[in-house]
Amino acid sequence: MIIDAGSMDSRSLNAAIKGLKHNGSIELNNVNGQRYICVGVSGRKVEINGTPGNDLAAFSSDVDINVNGNAQDGVANTLRSGRIVIHGSVGDVLGYSMQGGNVFVRDNVGYRAGIHMKEYLDNKPVIVIGGNAGDFMGEYMAGGTILLLNLDGNHIGNFIGTGIHAGSIFIRGDFNPYQLGKGVVMVEPDASDLEKLEVYVREFCSRFNLDPDRVMEQGFTKLMPQSSRPYGKLYS
Amino acid sequence: MCSISGIINTDGTPIPGDVIIKSIASMHDRSNGLGGGFAGYGIYPGYKDLYAFHLTFTDPEAKQRTEEVLKNCVMIHKDESIPTEDNPEGAPIFWRYFIEVPEKVQEFEEDFVVDLVMKINSNINGACVISSGKDMGIFKGVGYPEDIGRFYRIDEYSAHMWTAHGRFPTNTHGSWEGAHPFGLLDWSVVHNGEISSYGINRRYIETFGYGLNQGTDTEVVTYLVDMLIRKHKLSFDQAATVLAPPFWDEIERLDDRELVKKLRIIYSSAQLNGPFSIIIGHRNGMVGLNDRTKLRPMTVGRFNGTVMMASEECAIRAVSPDVEEILYPRGGEPVIIDLEEHVTS
Amino acid sequence: MLPAEFFVDITHDHCRRCGRCVLECGFGALRQKERIIADHKKCVACQRCALFCPEQAIHIRKQEHGYKQHAIWTPEVRNDIYRQAQTGGVILVGNGNPMPHPIIWDNLLLDACQVTNPPIDALREPIELRTYLGSKPQSISGKLPDQIEIETPIIFPAMSYGAVSLNTQKSLAGAAKELGTLMNTGEGGVHPDLYPELDNIIVQCASGRFGVSYDYLNTAMAVEIKIGQGAKPGIGGHLPGEKVTEDVSRTRMIPVGSDALSPSPHHDIYSIEDLSQLIYAIKEATDYGKPVGVKVAAVHNIAAIASGVVRAGADFVSIDGYRGGSGATPKVIRDHVGIPIEIALAVVDERLRRERIRNEASLICSGGFRHAGDVAKAIALGADAVSIGTASLVALGCRVCQQCHTGNCSWGIATQRPELVERLDPVEGTERLVNLVAGWSIELKEILGALGLNSIESLRGNRERLRGFGLNASTLELLGVKEVGEGQ
Repeated sequence: MIIDAGSMDSRSLNAAIKGLKHNGSIELNNVNGQRYICVGVSGRKVEINGTPGNDLAAFSSDVDINVNGNAQDGVANTLRSGRIVIHGSVGDVLGYSMQGGNVFVRDNVGYRAGIHMKEYLDNKPVIVIGGNAGDFMGEYMAGGTILLLNLDGNHIGNFIGTGIHAGSIFIRGDFNPYQLGKGVVMVEPDASDLEKLEVYVREFCSRFNLDPDRVMEQGFTKLMPQSSRPYGKLYS
Repeated sequence: MCSISGIINTDGTPIPGDVIIKSIASMHDRSNGLGGGFAGYGIYPGYKDLYAFHLTFTDPEAKQRTEEVLKNCVMIHKDESIPTEDNPEGAPIFWRYFIEVPEKVQEFEEDFVVDLVMKINSNINGACVISSGKDMGIFKGVGYPEDIGRFYRIDEYSAHMWTAHGRFPTNTHGSWEGAHPFGLLDWSVVHNGEISSYGINRRYIETFGYGLNQGTDTEVVTYLVDMLIRKHKLSFDQAATVLAPPFWDEIERLDDRELVKKLRIIYSSAQLNGPFSIIIGHRNGMVGLNDRTKLRPMTVGRFNGTVMMASEECAIRAVSPDVEEILYPRGGEPVIIDLEEHVTS
Repeated sequence: MLPAEFFVDITHDHCRRCGRCVLECGFGALRQKERIIADHKKCVACQRCALFCPEQAIHIRKQEHGYKQHAIWTPEVRNDIYRQAQTGGVILVGNGNPMPHPIIWDNLLLDACQVTNPPIDALREPIELRTYLGSKPQSISGKLPDQIEIETPIIFPAMSYGAVSLNTQKSLAGAAKELGTLMNTGEGGVHPDLYPELDNIIVQCASGRFGVSYDYLNTAMAVEIKIGQGAKPGIGGHLPGEKVTEDVSRTRMIPVGSDALSPSPHHDIYSIEDLSQLIYAIKEATDYGKPVGVKVAAVHNIAAIASGVVRAGADFVSIDGYRGGSGATPKVIRDHVGIPIEIALAVVDERLRRERIRNEASLICSGGFRHAGDVAKAIALGADAVSIGTASLVALGCRVCQQCHTGNCSWGIATQRPELVERLDPVEGTERLVNLVAGWSIELKEILGALGLNSIESLRGNRERLRGFGLNASTLELLGVKEVGEGQ
């Protein structure tokens, strides 16, 4: 099923997606800025050609979205489950309060990626970023995993993981300790960590035709919360 | 307290003015001499396509300033003093203007006239537009209604429909402009009772651009009617539902409950709460309405092609002792009397 | 260095040493040796022991410190400084602003009918309190979006499971259902025990997005986006890990024992257009089938803020005055930030009317409503409904000891300790709340009857029926209310 989104506004495009009776895959062409694509949609495979607008797949579950191009702000906002693959970069606030599912971004992400990510039982959100990230990545993180591959070796943002109290962030390559937020500790990934992250790296590479072994050649640093109660002593 | 009365010949035949004076005078004890007035429809057959503006001025300067405004935006076909007996002390200047609006505004000429009325009433000190409809006029002042009728020589006019009011003012002092009927375009409203929801009705109608000058509940009722029927295109039945809605429990039992519920929810701030009976005059007829728990009286009488509505039955029998049919409308149930079609065209 | 605030006065002659008081105290202030021994420093005056002592042998008294009198350096000021000098921390408190500021409600007087228009006999004639919350079109030609129908304009505000106990929420939800009104889950998710009352529940979406999912948004009557709260405008929420029990973790969807942080901004809302984006994301997720509201704290620029919120697409705006309660808030914020709900409501209602968008959203007000008189005055100023938080907790037994943040509530309200929670029987709690709101509703009808009005919508925004008494001219102008003695 192909929908030409060229002349459609956000609401009519989403109504068209929600209105489809069959469960097959959908291809959206000429997308440019339409918001809320797949918001509240479940169990859909969607191919997006163009630039989807803000809040792509917010509050969604069990979606399988492939974006051929960049995406804007708020991708995977409060996503419950499913997979989103971006063949390009995304704007700010990627994966806000993501509760599950996987997001793969080939290039760079803006400020505040993966903040408030949380996990519960089997719901474990994962974000893999090929390029670099803006400041405050993983702020208030309460679960899940962020992998920052930094394949181009560019500068990555500051205040990483401020207020993290659960979950983990893996950063490939070098960075300065001052770039970390308060209450974050750096450790060497152990064998089980490496095993886990290799799975994600392999999936990432298969999506974007990269060589996983070359990516794994360079070492990773694991960032963890110093305490599950970072503000326990703030109050008198 | 107040008294109201209305009479209409649905076939359009004229009723001499002394008939309505006789009717309202029969309820003399309901008013206290601080206000009386009349609205007549079909009184200016020679100028029926022109807006007849009745104005009061407290001084000649107000008159001059008003005329400057009028001359700037409309064409005055004729203007003259409204004939009266000798002016009592404190009475203003009475003048009427027969007006044609410019061609370029004729598509929305009623909005144009409303704006003009609001402009004169709010901006010109001492000037007040008493009525502004076509082929109709309002005559009102301080005194008992029968005295006001004599003062304006109402017996010299004939109309196919009259309404009248005898006033016993409470919230506002008795004034010439503040007496009833209250009018805008060809709407006229006479009202007995006091609207307890006035504060919110006023704030509500103001958000639609109506400027309140008199501060009376009758003024608010007139503007609500104008908005609901002319602007929002409600039928008289629907407008009555808005002004005096059924209780929620009753609504649940109605066949058209969805529409009634919608009307009540959307227009909740237009509900007139408290005791009232009103007679609304307009170009095609007359509507009577009581509050939903019927705290004010209203009697309807029919004879030949004539319908009367009044606070008391005696006001009907004063005109037609052998009236054929007497009806007592329920609270919130409008009595809608339309002119026969050939008359309205 | 810190002296005890209260003195637990035990009349040992009357005490029969049953030990009941020791069990009742949630704060561990009492021990039993040969006789009952009090650790006065731990007493918070929650009155549980005194009320449950079968011999009435316990009296809690305020300690007279014998500090040298000083109008500026009051005992409270001195004690706070001692405390902070000891810990270096932020002073945390529960409940709402206790400062003795003037309460404007008390300077507003309602009208009544005498002769010129008649009062209505509220006990026998019909008087309607039914209210519809949601956006309304300006005229009949517009589509009427989904409304929330409530049978009384009194609702229960957001109090999350975590901040309060499940039995508190169950009491509120049960009462909301029986009364035909609403409770609000706060941002802690919906516990399955509340599923039978979903038609009377508003779910909240706050910055932490705890328990927020597609199903959650679609589960109840309406969704409220929480921006701020009167007890802590500009300050986020923080549920300490010790309150995140097994059960709380399930509804919040976070691991047991982890802190639940809701910082003050939603990090996807840095500007008004972002709020609009979230409102419409939620509308999109709920197929435009549910009212979406926004809760904000009453702050200086509230009129412009509320106008922006309405233009951003909110179907209702909840405004929480500076006296609004909280399960935990920094004292310095609670006591010094925000403005009274009376003024906030008045200026918001007027601003929305001037901009001709008052019909586009309902106004729900909260922050220190004490009785039906306050509610009636708020409706007359322009509120569609009023939320009663502290009053509803007081109905459940709260003694306003302001220790909600400690999680030790002896009354089973603001605690997750199972032995304390079980003290609050949700069936009895529901009954007490139903009684309270039913009582206030009858009083509202009495007030309407006296005003000669037989439906609440004729009081809503009807400031003509209010008069100010002892208020200065600028306050009267802000309130849009005349002085006593002035007629219509």
